[in-house]
Amino acid sequence: MITLAALVVTVPLFLILGTVILRGVGGLNWAFFTQIPKPVGEEGGGMANAIGGSVMLLGFASLIGIPLGIGAGVFLAEYGRNKYGNIVRFTCDVLNGVPSIVIGLTAYAMVVVVQKHFSLLAGSVALGIMMIPTISRTTEEVLLLVPQSIREAALGLGIPRWRTIVSVVLRTASAGIVTSIMLAFARIAGETAPLMFTAFGNQYWNTDLTQPTAALPLQIFAYSVMPYEQAHQQAWTGALVLISMIMLTVILFRFIANRGTIKGAS
Amino acid sequence: MQSMPERSPFKAKQPDEAAVGKPILAANETPITAPKNRASTRENVFADRAFGGLVVLCAVAVLTIVGLIIIELLRESQLSIAKFGFKFLVKQIWDPVAEDFGALPFIYGTIVSSIVALVIAVPLSVGTALFLTELCPRRLRGILSLLVELLSAIPSVIYGLWGIFVLSPFLRLYVEPFLGKYFGWTGLFSGPKYGWGMLAAGVILAIMILPIIASITREVVMAVPRVQREAALALGATKWEMLRMAVLRNARPGIFGAVILGLGRALGETMAVTMVIGNRPEIMRSLFAPGHTLASVIANEFAEASTQVYHSALVEMALVLFVLTLIVNALAGLLVWSITRGMPARALA
Repeated sequence: MITLAALVVTVPLFLILGTVILRGVGGLNWAFFTQIPKPVGEEGGGMANAIGGSVMLLGFASLIGIPLGIGAGVFLAEYGRNKYGNIVRFTCDVLNGVPSIVIGLTAYAMVVVVQKHFSLLAGSVALGIMMIPTISRTTEEVLLLVPQSIREAALGLGIPRWRTIVSVVLRTASAGIVTSIMLAFARIAGETAPLMFTAFGNQYWNTDLTQPTAALPLQIFAYSVMPYEQAHQQAWTGALVLISMIMLTVILFRFIANRGTIKGAS
Repeated sequence: MQSMPERSPFKAKQPDEAAVGKPILAANETPITAPKNRASTRENVFADRAFGGLVVLCAVAVLTIVGLIIIELLRESQLSIAKFGFKFLVKQIWDPVAEDFGALPFIYGTIVSSIVALVIAVPLSVGTALFLTELCPRRLRGILSLLVELLSAIPSVIYGLWGIFVLSPFLRLYVEPFLGKYFGWTGLFSGPKYGWGMLAAGVILAIMILPIIASITREVVMAVPRVQREAALALGATKWEMLRMAVLRNARPGIFGAVILGLGRALGETMAVTMVIGNRPEIMRSLFAPGHTLASVIANEFAEASTQVYHSALVEMALVLFVLTLIVNALAGLLVWSITRGMPARALA
């Protein structure tokens, strides 16, 4: 009975992955990665601008999310074993539970309304905010796994505290921190809802921080609700590309986590 | 206990270094005993403070972001709160033209689709967790938990895509006729069979929250002491009795917490639901009928909200959603914490 339940759980995974691969593979060609979308109903075209847009969004989101996330994680592990730490910890958990669409709305109110139009920046802010709680809580966990004696040894040698944290503690836990970044990355790479009113989507290339930008998940969504067969094909192929990007990240992260120092430290 | 060994050498260091530092500086040589950065004690204190400040700043940024989310939601929804008051939550009307808005159909849709998801997902994910911890051969365990993890890495827009093109035709052709034929008398499974609608949304949500419930349940179940299991087995319990009496009963609050955490995820899920639920703001008894959720109405209508009140009403929806998920997540966190931190489980159950 229980075995059956476990088997049933794996069925949708195979079904979804199978469909995405089967339907998506047909549209995979060079043009998909090099051209921008053709007008609706026309054959051909690609999602180059959406893929590029996604990469830029993720890049700028990382610029916001990674430093803040690691910083907050260091605070929680090294300075936050007290009342203030508990407040920040609770706030991180709250942020982690905020639905992504609500974060999108907030980014809209904070950036888009001020700028007066949708932009790459607004999308990055929304995604960057979503990265923070994942990174900081995981960073905290791996920093706490670093044995206290290592810290004491460093401090005993007269190394200042900040140096101890940066060169000893953080370095020991670096594999775990990379893991947390990958985890956050996999989480936001496929997010659509927070981009709808921030990055908004674009039919053309955009590299301007203040202009609306195409993104892979947005493009998949737009194509999937269109009533054209070509659009559906593009959506499936986009899904295949997106899912392979994310799966690669996840598998890479598991590989690093298994090889890294977390295992030795715990 | 944890902060003590960290702090004491640090404090002791300062007077020590200051005392040693002076004679060395005066002599102006002795390269062997001189620490590399002997002249920079003051700099180090400054650097320590600066680093601490930087880290605190990051923590404050997190607080600020959550604060801003709350403030922005309150500020932007002010108009709607002032106009409709508390009635907003219990009105069924959704009329952008007349600028009359009520959130009840959306709250109903959000809660019902999540409940459908839980009904499907809970038995399956608890079963999976038990299988992984208690029955699974070691070799399979790694593969299976990787698969469950991969399931959680699929983006929701792809769930939605799959929902539109694979799940809803399947539901329309096979599942809904069956349910309508044998369970139509309940009223839950009647009316036209579109494929998409509340049921499809529930199924998609169930698939999406499976991994999170399963993985937390697994942690909770693993936290049940081995001795408990052995005691049950020693008393002559079969494996199933052992699972039921020793494992499940002890882990109950934690499993409950995992379920509520899954609920929190389901409540806020946007894209996949938007793509399959049908987007009609009406309260229907039948699960075959299309519905609407708080998140999906924001996703659908926010970009085209032309008037101030319309806009504000949608932000108030987001506020309702935020509060709802906040309560649910806080409850779940409390329950999971109570079991994994070694509190007596019975106290809460």
